Amino acid sequence: MDRKPDKNKAESGKVRLLISGADLTMQCLEQKRTMDIKKKKVWGDAIFRGLTASFAAGIAVIFIAIILVLWQQSQPSIQKFGFPFLFTKTWNPVHEQFGALIPIAGTLLTTFLALLFAIPLSLGIALFLAELAPHWLRTPFGTAIELLAAIPSIVYGMWGLFVLGPLMADYVQPFLKSTLGFLPFFSGSSMGIGMLTAGLVLTLMIIPFISSVTRDVFLMVPQPLKEAAYGLGCTTWEVVRDVMIPYGRKGIAGAVFLGMGRALGETMAVTFVIGNAYHLSWSLLAPGNSIASTLANEFTEADGQIYLSSLIELGLVLFLITLIILSLAQVWLRRSAAGRP
Amino acid sequence: MNLLFRRKLLNSIVLTMSGMAAVAGLFMLAWILGDVAWKGYSAINWDFFTELPTPAGVKGGGLANAIVGTVLMTGTAACFAVPFGMMSGTYLAEFGKNNIFGQVVRFIADILVSAPSIVIGVFVYLILVKPMHNFSGWAGACSLAIIMLPVVSRTTEEMLRLVPPEIREASLALGSPYWKMTYKIIYRSAASGIFTGVMLAVARVAGETAPLLFTALNSPYWMHGMNEPMANLTVILFNYAMSPYDDWHKLAWGAAFIITMTVLAVNVFTRIILRAKRRGS
Repeated sequence: MDRKPDKNKAESGKVRLLISGADLTMQCLEQKRTMDIKKKKVWGDAIFRGLTASFAAGIAVIFIAIILVLWQQSQPSIQKFGFPFLFTKTWNPVHEQFGALIPIAGTLLTTFLALLFAIPLSLGIALFLAELAPHWLRTPFGTAIELLAAIPSIVYGMWGLFVLGPLMADYVQPFLKSTLGFLPFFSGSSMGIGMLTAGLVLTLMIIPFISSVTRDVFLMVPQPLKEAAYGLGCTTWEVVRDVMIPYGRKGIAGAVFLGMGRALGETMAVTFVIGNAYHLSWSLLAPGNSIASTLANEFTEADGQIYLSSLIELGLVLFLITLIILSLAQVWLRRSAAGRP
Repeated sequence: MNLLFRRKLLNSIVLTMSGMAAVAGLFMLAWILGDVAWKGYSAINWDFFTELPTPAGVKGGGLANAIVGTVLMTGTAACFAVPFGMMSGTYLAEFGKNNIFGQVVRFIADILVSAPSIVIGVFVYLILVKPMHNFSGWAGACSLAIIMLPVVSRTTEEMLRLVPPEIREASLALGSPYWKMTYKIIYRSAASGIFTGVMLAVARVAGETAPLLFTALNSPYWMHGMNEPMANLTVILFNYAMSPYDDWHKLAWGAAFIITMTVLAVNVFTRIILRAKRRGS
């Protein structure tokens, strides 16, 4: 096709505008090309970019190194016990027979208990901070809840051992046994420390994470959406249940998984109050062990290659579990943030 | 009417429960802080800061070496982690916004921020302590640095993103190369934000215990260098609180008091700075 410029049309304003627009685009392209050439001359920028990129790569390298080193060092245990390691109950340093069932079960159970208590409480706190509280109260209240996350975990553990533990032993556990004692979950002696106490301390520790993220998710719900629901005559709870929670469910799921990741890997708080006992029981009052508390208690005492490498394999298992949970949390949080204007 | 009443009742029940949850959260904070302040304050005296720990049963004694050890290890960790984290945060904010490499690193950093710190301790034990056959202050500082690194990187990134694009454009339009723009303009306008982020990261690792258990270990003596097991507040707190002696429990509460108050002070202080900055911009 040949395109001879039609004089009449070219005279018309529209086309002139088009041509000048095309000119401008050409100019821009040319400018970009000259800038690109200039950029090539500026070695400083290339070096700067490469330097910062190498440090960023450093983070990825550390991450991969953690997995590789743990994997390589747990080989003796992996080769000796194989896959059944994960489902074996024995943990016997004297006969060098190791299985991870009890620590894994303890980790999962305490995390489950913590989530059971923390999810409703955190949703309540988030709702209060995002919708109910008067404006002047929101910032100080929110800060106070976030400060719960700033308290070092060892302080939680110590407080759990010296303050919460005796309270549980003297009041809560006898009460649970007298009212719900017919269930297998509430049998055994009232020692104060055990799975339930560990779950409660973990609850306190993950509330700030779940509630502050959920509050942000609630605040992201567009105002017109809420106002429309209010306009239809919904009560506040109905707006929350039918508009805010469905709108932010990915973000809330992310928040819950973030709290879960925290609870799974928490060490010091749990080590103080879980009781450190190797036995499996239905009772929530019984002492147990989690992966992290096993590591904290036994790692420096581990003599013998198999013992040490079994502990390292426990660490690897913990790292991989939290890796999966935290990845899910990130994916959901990213997706919910993607909708943000 | 009946339905309306039920809806309103349900609404007020849920709202009351929500308010109660918030009050309960506040109450727990006050309870824990109150206990720590009450029991810890009475353990604080001059000896606490100047004396070495005494053997069990011997009255008095302090945690002077542990305080110095914690400050030393946290400081060393910050010296490594802060420049490293700032550089990587710079990449993520300036060059790696949308490319795959940037996204992968950001994802990994986000996961490492919440990863179990005890596993970092095991990792450092395997790469530093085991080959050298020696627990050391260096190993402790290294594990703290690994924990600090992703936090510094992510906060640097966020703070650099807050710098308005007009400032960048103005600087580039004057013909400055990208690195000079970042170094002289962007860093300066984000300085207070990055500083507060770094302070928060430092406060966070100052309260870490798990990664120090098998890297720095503990020691009842003054340190002669970073190449030996090193006393630190958190591990001493752990050992003393788990011990059966009342004297040691008291010192443990004192240590908890010092750590908690320092960390909270940094947190509140940085929040005030950040708020002032946001209001200013």
